[in-house]
Order: sequence, then C-alpha cells, then structure tokens
Amino acid sequence: MTRFFELAGRPIFVLCEEFGRIALLLLTAVTWLFRKPFRWHVILRQMEFVGVGSLTVVLITGTFTGMVLALQSYYGFNKFGGESLVGAAVALSMTRELGPVITALMVAGRAGSAMAAELGTMRVTEQIDAMATMSVNPIQYLVLPRIIAGILMLPLLTAIANFVGIAGGYVVGVGFLRINSGIFTTRILEMVTLADLFNGLIKAAVFGLILTLVGCYKGYHTRGGAAGVGRATTQAVVLASVAILISDYFLTAIMF
Amino acid sequence: MIKLVQVCKAFNSQVILDKLDLEIETGKINVIIGRSGGGKSVLLKHMIGLIKPDSGQILIDGTDISSLGEQKLNQVRKKFGMLFQDAALFDSMTVGQNVAFPLKEHTRLPAKKIKAIVDEKLRQVGLTDVDHKMPSELSGGMRKRVGLARAIALDPKIILFDEPTTGLDPVMCNAIDQLIVDTQAATGATFVVISHDIESTFRIAHNIAMLYQGKIIVHGTPAHIQSLTDPVVSQFLRGQSLTS
Repeated sequence: MTRFFELAGRPIFVLCEEFGRIALLLLTAVTWLFRKPFRWHVILRQMEFVGVGSLTVVLITGTFTGMVLALQSYYGFNKFGGESLVGAAVALSMTRELGPVITALMVAGRAGSAMAAELGTMRVTEQIDAMATMSVNPIQYLVLPRIIAGILMLPLLTAIANFVGIAGGYVVGVGFLRINSGIFTTRILEMVTLADLFNGLIKAAVFGLILTLVGCYKGYHTRGGAAGVGRATTQAVVLASVAILISDYFLTAIMF
Repeated sequence: MIKLVQVCKAFNSQVILDKLDLEIETGKINVIIGRSGGGKSVLLKHMIGLIKPDSGQILIDGTDISSLGEQKLNQVRKKFGMLFQDAALFDSMTVGQNVAFPLKEHTRLPAKKIKAIVDEKLRQVGLTDVDHKMPSELSGGMRKRVGLARAIALDPKIILFDEPTTGLDPVMCNAIDQLIVDTQAATGATFVVISHDIESTFRIAHNIAMLYQGKIIVHGTPAHIQSLTDPVVSQFLRGQSLTS
C-alpha cells in the first residue's frame, strides 16, 4: 500500500520540484532586471526574433482562425436567426480568448523551442560555463532578455492576430456568407469593450512570460548531449503549451 | 595563489574529490594528470567556482571562493581565463566577436582599440585574417587557438586549460603545446593544465600533480615524477591498467 502511494506521489514531487526551479530561475532573472549592465542590444535582438520572426505565422494562423470562427458561428447562429451576431462572436472570441492563446501556442512552438534548443546547445557545449568564467552572469545575458522580449512582443503579436482574425472573419462573413457588412461591424462595436481587448493583451503578456521562461529553463538545465537538447526542446513546447492552457482558465476566471 | 584545502565533492553517492590538498605554483605551468573520468575537470571547475565543494576551501590569493556570493565571485573570476576542452566558442558570434566579448563586457575601450587587441591576441596564437569567420568554419586546432586568444584577452593572471590537446592530431598537439609554453613565457601567468596525455605533459610542465581516487598522490617536477617508483604512478605513466 505504501509502495502504491510512493509511486503515485513521485511524479507529483517531480512536478513540484520542476515548478520550484522554474520559479527560482524567474526570481534570479528579476533580481538582475535593475542591475547593470543593461544590454539593450541583446534585448532588441530577442524582440526582433520573437516578434518580427513570428509575424508570418501569426498572420496566417490569426487570419484562418477568424475565418473558421465565422464559418462555425454562422452555422450555430443560423439555427435561430442570429446571423447578425457572427461579427461580434468572432471579435469577442479573438480578443478575449483565441487571439492570445493561438498566438502564444504558435510562438511557443517557434520561439520557445528555439530558445530551449539554443540554450541547451550552449549548455552541453560548455558555452554557458565559459560565459560564467568571463564574469558575465548567464541568466542576465541569456535568460532575462528573452523573458523581456516575450512579455513585450506577445501583446503586440496578439493585437495583430486579433486584427487579421476579425478581418478574416469579415471576409468570410460578408464576402461568402452574405451577412450585411454594416450589421457585421456595428455588432462588433456594440459588444466588444476596451476591457475585452486589454484583458486579452494582459493574458498575452502572461503567456509571453510563460513560454519564454519555460523555454529558457529547459534549455538552461539541459543534460545529456544532443539527445538531451532534443528532449529539452520537445519538453519546452509541451510544458509551455500545457501551462498556457491551464493559466488561460485561471486568468479568464479572474479577469472576466 | 591557488590553494585547495581538504576539498571534498561527491555527485549522488559517487565520491570525486576526497579531502584533496593541492597548492599551485605561481607563474609556472602546473599540469594535473590522472585517468579519464577521475575528476580532473571537476577539480579545475572548483578552482574558478563553477562547482562548489561539499566541504573544504578553495583559496585564490587568500580568499576562500567556496563561500562567496555571485557578485564577489565574478570579481575573483576576472583574474582568470579558461580554455575549455572544445574551446566553448559562442557559435552565434564570429571569431572576432568571441575574442572581443570579455573586452566589451569589462572595459570601456572604443571599438577600434578592441579590434586592435583582438587582432593582437589572434596573432599571438598564430591566427590571422579569421576574425570574420564563424566557429563552425574552423578546424579543431583553430578553435582551440581562438579559445586561447579569448582566454588571454584581458591578460589574466591565471589561465586554466581543460585537456587542451584532446581530439587533436599529433602535429596539432605539438603546436598547441608550444603555444602554451610560448604564451606562458610571454605573459608570466600561472597556468593550470589538466591532461591525460603523458607526452604532452612532459613537454610543457614545470610541475606535475597526479589525481588518483580523489586525492593528489604525488606532486613535483617532471624529473621527480619520472623518478618515482610508486606502482600507481609508474603504471599510469607507462599507460598500464591501474589496479588498487
């Protein structure tokens, strides 16, 4: 019986240990936030990688998310004559939920995995140790700029995803489903509030923190050569994705 | 300058360093030899604070670095340069950017002056016209040379070498050994080299210490080490299997 509880409890201990280490990494990074030197060029480079580099995938996924939302919501609303609400449904879904979540999942897959791979490779080839021997704190140099880039760029990418998603929904709703364009846009303006928009962007900033922190953690603590780097990359994407979806629930419950 | 006193280190239940005592002679090339997997790299990483001992003291100019916080440890690390086994060059930077890295981080020198120092350090290690290349474009020997140029960029007082000739052909081994001897003669710095290459060791060492089962069992000049009749030492020098 004891053995059963031991086996059942071990994964929970491992998970708690992992979350504890991630929290410690975040705490260490935050302590370096206000300490010199401030490496603006490193932060800008990361912002370009996370933001500009993810633009294409966000444009594509945002647009098609909006388009499919319009199709699916039309199908449901059509049953009771509520087609005029399609625009509002697309806009509310994008700004409150799908914009932040889909964007974060895409960026986690692209930038989060790249961070884990890059830092993991640096770890197994002793580049992180080399940096430490040159009296440069690796967390300040490598982790902090990536976290700042994630927090700043995710809301911008989400705003872009929201825009193209609503635009895509408009093309489908008005162009293909023959919803009146005036009604489509009026319902959006009536029903979507600034709170919907800003809370969605706050969610995006939190997701940006999560995906960059998890990517950096997995890379920074990689062990076991090339196989270890591969494992770290996969685990970074999975863990970040799960954490984004779980935190999405709690953020939504608190904010909305 | 560097003194290890009763240093103990274990990973899980495996003892790596067992009440180890070692004093490194200042201004000389000190080589630590021992079997592969015997703890030489772990010992070297203790000297620069990358690993903290379970107990004991690591004294650098009289300061015990084993109990220092990150900021004070970073100040002590400025006395060091280190060449890692595979050079550990930053693969997202060019050769020039790699060698310039410590100069950019720790000096306020203008870009032109940094470039001049980078070119000088690369020339010192026998490389010219490579500063624009990426590490992936270099051979193993060239990467080691660039790693050494980066390690000496700030003219440190102590330079650590983690198996500098491992993985290189005999010609390149000789070249790296000569580079180590020439650089030490030119800088007067304290060199600590870990190696399992006996030929290379006797080519370059002023002092040799042997690490065996977590302790330094012998320490002296090459002539002294060669004269020893201790079976563990003489079998290792002849490349024979050590049995306890």
